[in-house]
Amino acid sequence: MADTTVPVTGGGLQTIDGVPLKKQLARATRQSKLRALMLVAPLGIFVLVSFIYPIVLTLTRSVHSPVFGAAFHRTAEALQSWDGKDLPSEPVWEAFVADMKEARANRTIGKAATRFNYDVPGTRSLFTRTARKIRKVKEGPYKEAVLEINKKWGDPQLWGYIKQNTAPYTAGFYLNALDRKYDYTGKIERQPEVRQIYVPLFWRTLLLSSLVMASCIILGFPVAYLLAHLPLRISNLLMILVLLPFWTSLLVRTTSWIALLQTQGVINDFLVWVGIISDQQRLQMMFNATGTVIAMTHILLPFMILPLYSVMKTIQPSYVRAARSLGATQWTAFWRVYVPQTLPGVGAGSILVFILAIGYYITPALVGGQSGQLISNLIAYHMQKSLNWGLAAALSTILLFGVLGLYWLYNRLVGVDNMKLG
Amino acid sequence: MAEQANGSTRSDIHVRFESVQKSYDGEILVVKDLNLDIAKGEFLTMLGPSGSGKTTCLMMLAGFEPATNGEIFLADRPINRVPPHKRGIGMVFQNYALFPHMSVEENLAFPLEVRKIPKGEIAAKVRRALEMVELPAFGRRRPAQLSGGQQQRVAVARALVFEPELVLMDEPLGALDKQLREQMQYEIKHIHENLGVTVVYVTHDQSEALTMSNRIAVFNDGVIQQLSTPGELYEEPLNSFVAQFIGENNRINGTVRGLENGICKVELDSGDLVEAIPINVAGAGENTMLSLRPERVEINPDPASLPNIIPGRVEELIYLGDHIRTRLTVAGHEDFIVKVPNKLGHQILQEGENATIGWATQDCRALDRP
Repeated sequence: MADTTVPVTGGGLQTIDGVPLKKQLARATRQSKLRALMLVAPLGIFVLVSFIYPIVLTLTRSVHSPVFGAAFHRTAEALQSWDGKDLPSEPVWEAFVADMKEARANRTIGKAATRFNYDVPGTRSLFTRTARKIRKVKEGPYKEAVLEINKKWGDPQLWGYIKQNTAPYTAGFYLNALDRKYDYTGKIERQPEVRQIYVPLFWRTLLLSSLVMASCIILGFPVAYLLAHLPLRISNLLMILVLLPFWTSLLVRTTSWIALLQTQGVINDFLVWVGIISDQQRLQMMFNATGTVIAMTHILLPFMILPLYSVMKTIQPSYVRAARSLGATQWTAFWRVYVPQTLPGVGAGSILVFILAIGYYITPALVGGQSGQLISNLIAYHMQKSLNWGLAAALSTILLFGVLGLYWLYNRLVGVDNMKLG
Repeated sequence: MAEQANGSTRSDIHVRFESVQKSYDGEILVVKDLNLDIAKGEFLTMLGPSGSGKTTCLMMLAGFEPATNGEIFLADRPINRVPPHKRGIGMVFQNYALFPHMSVEENLAFPLEVRKIPKGEIAAKVRRALEMVELPAFGRRRPAQLSGGQQQRVAVARALVFEPELVLMDEPLGALDKQLREQMQYEIKHIHENLGVTVVYVTHDQSEALTMSNRIAVFNDGVIQQLSTPGELYEEPLNSFVAQFIGENNRINGTVRGLENGICKVELDSGDLVEAIPINVAGAGENTMLSLRPERVEINPDPASLPNIIPGRVEELIYLGDHIRTRLTVAGHEDFIVKVPNKLGHQILQEGENATIGWATQDCRALDRP
C-alpha cells in the first residue's frame, strides 16, 4: 500500500540519507536487542543445559538401544537374509559364535544379555552360560556345536527376537511401557495378564491425581474465601498457617501423616477410644491409596489456595451486592456471580496441583504401600533398581506428553489466558 | 402504579427514615438520628463530603448494612429485617458492578431470571431496556468491551429492567470524564422523568446534585445539614457548612450589633457596619459569619445605589472569558472573590488598586460562625 501512496524509489521508504528505512531501523535498535539478549543469555544457557538437554537425552534413550546390536553385529548382518521360519543357516551360526567370543573377550556380553532379557525374560543366563562355553567351539559345523552347548538355541522364535534386537532403534520400550510387546515375527501383541502393570498404573496415577485435585478444590476454596474476606490482621495469620507446610520438610510432613493415620495411629486410637469403631475394626488409612491421597492433598493444598486467593482478592464485593440488589438469594449470588469469577483461579490451581500430583514421588513412596504407588515410583524403580533406563525413559516420555496433552486440552476448554497464577 | 396505601399514613411517602442511627464500631455514630421522608417519584440526592454518612444511608436502604437503631420504611412497610433481594430496589454502583463473565444481555436478564419470569418475556424486556439506553446493538458484548459511558448505561438499564419503583445510585458517574458525566446527568434525569421512579442518588459532586435533583439532602458529620430544592440550597443556605459546601461563597466575620424587622446590623472585624438577613443568629453580641455569593457583589457601585458599601483592595485578576475573577482584600479577608461579568462597559480594574464593594441586604446572610 505504501507503493501506491508514497512516491519511493527502489521499493520501501528511505531515510534522508537514502538508506532504506527498515535497514536503518534495524541498525538503530541492534544495540538494545543485543543487550537484551545478553541479559537473558545466562538463564537461556542454564535452561538449555539443565532442562532441554536432559529431555532430549531421555527421548533418545527411550528409542535408542545399541548395546545388543553392537555386540552381535556379525550376526545382525548374517541374519539379514534369514526368512524367519526355520532355524538360520550356517553362516549365521558362524557369525554368532564369532560375536559370542568377542563379546566374552571384551566383556560386553553381560550388558547385551541384560538388554535381551528385558524383551525375552529368562534368557540372560542362556547368553552368559553359552558365552562361557563358547571358546571350546573351534570349527564348524557351528550350528551343532552351539546346540550342544544349549538346546534352547534351537528355537526359531528366539532367533526372531535376536533379529529384532539387533536393530539400534526400537519402539520396544514404549510397547513395554504400554503393556505390549513384539512377538518373534515382529507383530505387536499384549503382554500376558500378569505382566500388565504399566497401563493400570497410568490409570491409577490419573485417578489419584484427579482425586487429589478435587479434594484440593473442595478444601482450598473455603480457605481461600476466608483469606480473601477476613480482616487483614486475621487473614495474615491464616496465610501463615497456609504457608507453614511450605516451610516444613516434605519428609517431616509425610511422616507425621503416618503417625496420624496408621492402624495404631492417633486417629484410629481416638476413634476406638470414643467407641465409634472397635479395636478389631481399626481403619486402614495408611500404606494404601487413601494414605497417598490424604498426604498429597495436604502437601499440594497451598498450590490451590494461593492462586484462588489472588483471584478472589480482586473480586469486588459490589458484584455480589449487585446480584443481591437485583433479587438473587445469597446462594444464587454466590453460585452465579461469585463462583464464575473465581474460575481462572480454580483452573490455575487445578492444573498446578494435577501436574505436580501426576509426577509425585516421595509421598507415594513413603505412604502409598502397594495400592498407592504412582507411575513415578516405577520410573524411579527402573532408574535405580532394574537399571532398565530405556523403559524408564519411555515411561517418562509418555508422562511428559500426557501432561502436555492435558495442558492442550485445558487450553482448548478453558483457555490459558484465563488462568491466573497469582 | 403501586397499590394505594389506605388509612392514615401518607401514601405519597415512598421511603421514610425514622430516627435511624448507625455505628460500625459501637463508639462512633456515622449516622446520627436521621429522619427523612422521600416522596414517590422524587429525585432525591444525598450530597456531602466523603465520610459524611451519605453512602452508609444508601447501604442501609439497600439492605447491605443493618441500621443500629431506628427504622426504615419502604411504602409504609418496615424493612429492617427484609433481606436485600426481597426489597425490590434497583441499584447502580459506583464501579457499575456489571458481571464480567456475562454478556450485556445476560447481565440484564439476570434480575429477571432470578424472578423466574418466562423466557420470552425476558427477551422482550431486555430488548426494551437496551433501547431505552440506546444500546440495542450491544447485547452480545461483554462489559469489558464497552466504553465507560456504555457500561454506565448498561448499569442503569440493569437497575431498571425489573421495573423497581425505587432506584438507588451510588456515585454512578464518578468514573466518567467531565463531558460524558454531564451528558449522562441529563440522560439519567430524562429516564427518571419518563419512568416516574423514585431515585435516591448519592454524590459528592454538587453540580451533579444541582443539575439532577428535586431535593438535595446535604450531609455532614452524620447529620442532614439542610434538605431543600437546589435553588433554595444555593440561594438560602441555612448554615455556614451548606453555604461553604454549595457553590462559591465569600465569608466575612463580624459581630451582631442589633436585630430588628428581619434585618440584623453587623459590625465587621474591620469596624464597618453592614446589614444582613439573620438566618441562625440569636441576638446582639453574637459572633457571626456573613455569607455572600461572588456574583451578587458589585465593584465600585454608585454610592447611593446599595445599602452596604465597604472598601477593599484588588489583589488579583484572573481572566476566565465570560467573567473576570477578581480577588480582593475586604475587611481583613484576603480571599474575597467577586465575579465581574465580561459585558459591555464593565469595570476595568488594576491589581493593587483600591475599590469599593457593595451588595443588597437580602443577598447577605448572617450565619453561625463555625
